[in-house]
Amino acid sequence: MSTYVIRRASVLGEQVADLLLEDGRITAVGTDLDAPEGATEVDAEGLVALPGLVDLHTHLREPGREDAETVLSGTRAAARGGFTCVHAMANTEPVADTAGVVEQVWRLGREHGYCDVQPVGAVTVGLAGERLAELGAMADSAARVRVFSDDGKCVWDPVLMRRALEYVKAFDGVVAQHAQEPRLTVDAQMNEGPLSGELGLAGWPAVAEEAIVARDVLLAEHVGSRLHVCHLSTRGSVELVRWAKSRGIDVTAEVTPHHLLLTDDLVRSYDPIFKVNPPLRSADDVAAVREGLADGTIDIVATDHAPHPMEDKDCEWGAAAFGMIGLETALSIVQQTMVDTGALTWARVAEVLSANPARIGRVAEHGRPLAAGEPAHVVLYDPAARRVVEPRDTASLSRNTPYAGRELPGRVVATFLHGRPTVLGGTLVEEAHA
Amino acid sequence: MIKHLLSAGDLSREDATQILDTAEEMLSIAKRPIKKLPTLRGLTVVNLFFEDSTRTRISFEAAAKRLSADVINFSAKGSSASKGEGLKDTALTLEAMGADAVVVRHHASGAPHRLAEAGWTRGVVVNAGDGTHEHPTQALLDAFTMRRHLGDLDGRRITIVGDVLHSRVARSNALLLHTLGAKVTLVAPPTLLPVGVEQWPVDTSYDLDASLEGADAVMMLRVQRERMNASFFPSAREYSRRYGMDAARMGRLADHAVVMHPGPMNRGMEISADVADSDRSVIVEQVTNGVAVRMAVLYLLLSGRQDHTEESA
Repeated sequence: MSTYVIRRASVLGEQVADLLLEDGRITAVGTDLDAPEGATEVDAEGLVALPGLVDLHTHLREPGREDAETVLSGTRAAARGGFTCVHAMANTEPVADTAGVVEQVWRLGREHGYCDVQPVGAVTVGLAGERLAELGAMADSAARVRVFSDDGKCVWDPVLMRRALEYVKAFDGVVAQHAQEPRLTVDAQMNEGPLSGELGLAGWPAVAEEAIVARDVLLAEHVGSRLHVCHLSTRGSVELVRWAKSRGIDVTAEVTPHHLLLTDDLVRSYDPIFKVNPPLRSADDVAAVREGLADGTIDIVATDHAPHPMEDKDCEWGAAAFGMIGLETALSIVQQTMVDTGALTWARVAEVLSANPARIGRVAEHGRPLAAGEPAHVVLYDPAARRVVEPRDTASLSRNTPYAGRELPGRVVATFLHGRPTVLGGTLVEEAHA
Repeated sequence: MIKHLLSAGDLSREDATQILDTAEEMLSIAKRPIKKLPTLRGLTVVNLFFEDSTRTRISFEAAAKRLSADVINFSAKGSSASKGEGLKDTALTLEAMGADAVVVRHHASGAPHRLAEAGWTRGVVVNAGDGTHEHPTQALLDAFTMRRHLGDLDGRRITIVGDVLHSRVARSNALLLHTLGAKVTLVAPPTLLPVGVEQWPVDTSYDLDASLEGADAVMMLRVQRERMNASFFPSAREYSRRYGMDAARMGRLADHAVVMHPGPMNRGMEISADVADSDRSVIVEQVTNGVAVRMAVLYLLLSGRQDHTEESA
């Protein structure tokens, strides 16, 4: 098996140490470690070492939309972004609402070997919001599904949501809700505010998110279940989750990198590259989600990496698809918005991008500390690097990044998955699979 | 002068005044026996209509033809299934055919912006109505019509009544009239005013009767009866009673005040038949003026472009 010695990494941005990776585990952490014979040395001087990142919200598009992304291309993009585990959302074609589909996605991830793929199961059959999918079968499958979501659609029916929250308790599952009141957002195109009125685009009001968040935290309290709120985007939602946590309700929440950085005034260009669901919000909302992430109200950053082929973005706003890719830029955005501003330490970044999402997803082998005996999932990150985002420079099959032309801080230099590099020297390792 | 006409808000007061002054000259041509100028000979104007609007299309067509441009009418009305298909490819096709100006009507707000800014065409883009966003030439012809009746619009009080939320006419008028110094009041039930309207350079009111006094012009917007199905108002009758222009309300307007409507009208809904056909109504005149204003727009945008081409050649 492979052996790597990472030299002089700044572990969680704190003390400088060497890490010895042997047979998929971290076997030693310390200064001036003796390298076993045949070990590959990796110079990490000036680099921050973090546990491999875990994304709770990734769209890999396979099966069904292999023109936009495949498990292979998506996990290669994930590796380039420092991720060692991604949760593949259920809105594929066919929908991941059976044990068969989730096992297929899970196996593809294992075969390719760039990133562990943990499928998310649909809450309802076909995402139709009418009756429960076979949640237990997915939980018992080889994929061991623990996160269930109709993401892209809200589990709107309050009775169905209640039953789902109750039912998944049997296998310690969690319902990850796409909080969007459908009747308040018919044909919605952008954040509802002064700009939507000016641009003549149908508004997606904050209340449509907040009404569902409020209802669901009360449901979770009532039935004593675990709730996760996907891509929370408004100040009101932050306040509701803060209130719910103060009451002891078992709720967790995520924010996307784009909601930490971008605001709705970008829509003024009518360029659908900025069209996303939930929509980009106001500067005040951005400030609120940053505060919420800093104070722990929001538990994690999740990418909502949503690849779309060119033709679904190279058109007029109303006809364009919602979503933006984000796996390869997530850590840079978090550095820019949270670390460089002093709101989060690197140790806290390890929590919000690794330990917490792994805990919410009940993925035991990820999100672990960088310590002897732990699984060897490690990212080496150069926070001093700068780069200008070039859409073609991606491992994703899609190019719909909203950051084209922006200068972002940081660069993933290496990613280790089960002790083997998927990215080394800033480039993907071909034939990464074991 | 601006390169494209995408939003009434892009026009400075000087630009808007130049268009309106030019339209006066164009209007005089319409009274000649031969209603034609050679100005745009050899240039191609494409009317690209993704949405039915016969009156706007023929108005642009007449305008371009009176300036001797070659006119191509391209009707690409999409069904809901094929919605949005082909804007880019259509634009590339027109570009390949050498369109000098593209007059575009589209059901999607912002489609003309994409056409102008995504690099799909080098031609001049004129917004002939996009979704629920803007309809700048309508606002120009409305201002032109008002100016002929009221003189300089600076300080004039204009009341716009109806479905502001879904109205591209209201948006463009609010922007242009503000630029020209008029005081605009938008009157609608609260459900039909957009969120954030308090940041527009206008006053708003829910009360039509209170907004009639002192108005120099009252513009009634078309209101689709189907809006009541989405609970914007309880019924057509209630809407008409509270926000419709009828003879009684017209009688309370100042003697010089005019009643306008961008058409097509719902007689009996936002405007009663006797008002529509009254002396106060300048609705038919608006149509006539539409051709003159669109001639002015095409002339100013395209002749500017010709100059530019010659200079750079």
